[in-house]
Amino acid sequence: MRNKKSETLEDAVGRIHDGATVLIGGFADPGTPEILVDGLRDLDRRDLTIVINNPGMRDSGVARLIEDGCVSKLICSFQWPKESEGFMERHNAGQIELEIVPQGTLAERMRTAGAGLGGFLTPTAVGTTLSDGKETLIVDGTEYVLEKPLRGDFALIKAFRADPRGNLIYRKTARNFNPIMAMASDCTIVEVQEDIAPNELDPEVIVTPGVFVDSYYVTGWYEIGNPRSAGRPKH
Amino acid sequence: MSEQTNLLTRQQIAARAAQDMEDGWLVNLGIGMPTMIPAFIPSSRDVMFHSENGLIGMGPPPAEGEADQDLISAGKELVTMVSGGAYVHHTDSFAIARGGRLDCAVLGAFQVAVNGDLCNWRLPNQTSGSVGGAMDIAAGSKRVFVMMTHTARDGAAKIVAERTYPLTAMKVVTKIFTDMAVISVTPDGFVLDEVAPGLTADDVQAVTDAPLNMDAVGTIAVAA
Repeated sequence: MRNKKSETLEDAVGRIHDGATVLIGGFADPGTPEILVDGLRDLDRRDLTIVINNPGMRDSGVARLIEDGCVSKLICSFQWPKESEGFMERHNAGQIELEIVPQGTLAERMRTAGAGLGGFLTPTAVGTTLSDGKETLIVDGTEYVLEKPLRGDFALIKAFRADPRGNLIYRKTARNFNPIMAMASDCTIVEVQEDIAPNELDPEVIVTPGVFVDSYYVTGWYEIGNPRSAGRPKH
Repeated sequence: MSEQTNLLTRQQIAARAAQDMEDGWLVNLGIGMPTMIPAFIPSSRDVMFHSENGLIGMGPPPAEGEADQDLISAGKELVTMVSGGAYVHHTDSFAIARGGRLDCAVLGAFQVAVNGDLCNWRLPNQTSGSVGGAMDIAAGSKRVFVMMTHTARDGAAKIVAERTYPLTAMKVVTKIFTDMAVISVTPDGFVLDEVAPGLTADDVQAVTDAPLNMDAVGTIAVAA
């Protein structure tokens, strides 16, 4: 049986190349694969398009990717100036392109890509500036915006447990975008808190089947916002 | 206008809005003032709260020592899960919103227009706003309640005949709870349901930029 475990961080993220579109999981801190993002930053790639709900709390990994000049475009729903100062400075200086997507539309665009569909119709953003330039259609009397799929070359996601085939479960609200992004990329790389033996995951509760996963890297528990605490005792 | 001291506090607005949360409802709360509502729901009423980051059945903040770093609200606060709750991923969470499973969303606003247009995601002078889930939730919820101060800090009306701010969702707001009044948004225009104790209907009309129907105005019940 093929084992999808990567033994080193370099093994896990090394194939990400300049110019890649990278989906990064998480909503705020929970579910953000901080160690994989740090690994990506160490590669010093350029011209990345990053898709993430919110770009960088404080000095989190994504904020540092941006500050290091690795990112040329950001696709997100919530770039709140108070928590994304570094991004806003670079955006205002014309160094990073920004595409704002309503959160539900962002998720569904990736699900659509993962499901092999050509787009979907949503009532979200009808009549707003976020539907400027997009086609609208009226179906049974309701107006919808046509939204197109959003696919990544890579997805960096975080899960709670993985088995050797890459079947995944998540913890609480750290699930968020991760199962969606797993479906929507050509190569999905997972950081997991624990790996477990085959057949230890109940097939009834698997959230992401391994078919959507290319490799996983085991980090152990770490304190959110402090990936350097990985491997230390929990309390 | 009457004395400023007649304005309701944030807690009093939340308490009034909580009265309208019906038994059996699933409700999404926007960040800020709406998050104060759960504390005022009577325990006899079964109201569940949805948080768009994947939580159905959001509970109060954790007790000392019981916080879990993987359990937060969409407002990024540490929270708990109530009995009978469920975790979902983002497309399910927004299917709940757009698919009409939210009985109500309570959101803040910069402006509400008489046709129910909601403006709450971007100021007119901003080049980029932070939309988050506001557009999906406002477009999909069965009812949208707005909870806000009646006027802007500079005194400008926020309840208006026609919006001038960037739109969040068209024709969605059904009720407004402010520090001065409770107002219903109906096909026939704004209806002034209740005013804060010590204020008159005319006080409210004076700071509202659209006509209010004042045929049957009550007084907001405020706990002593």
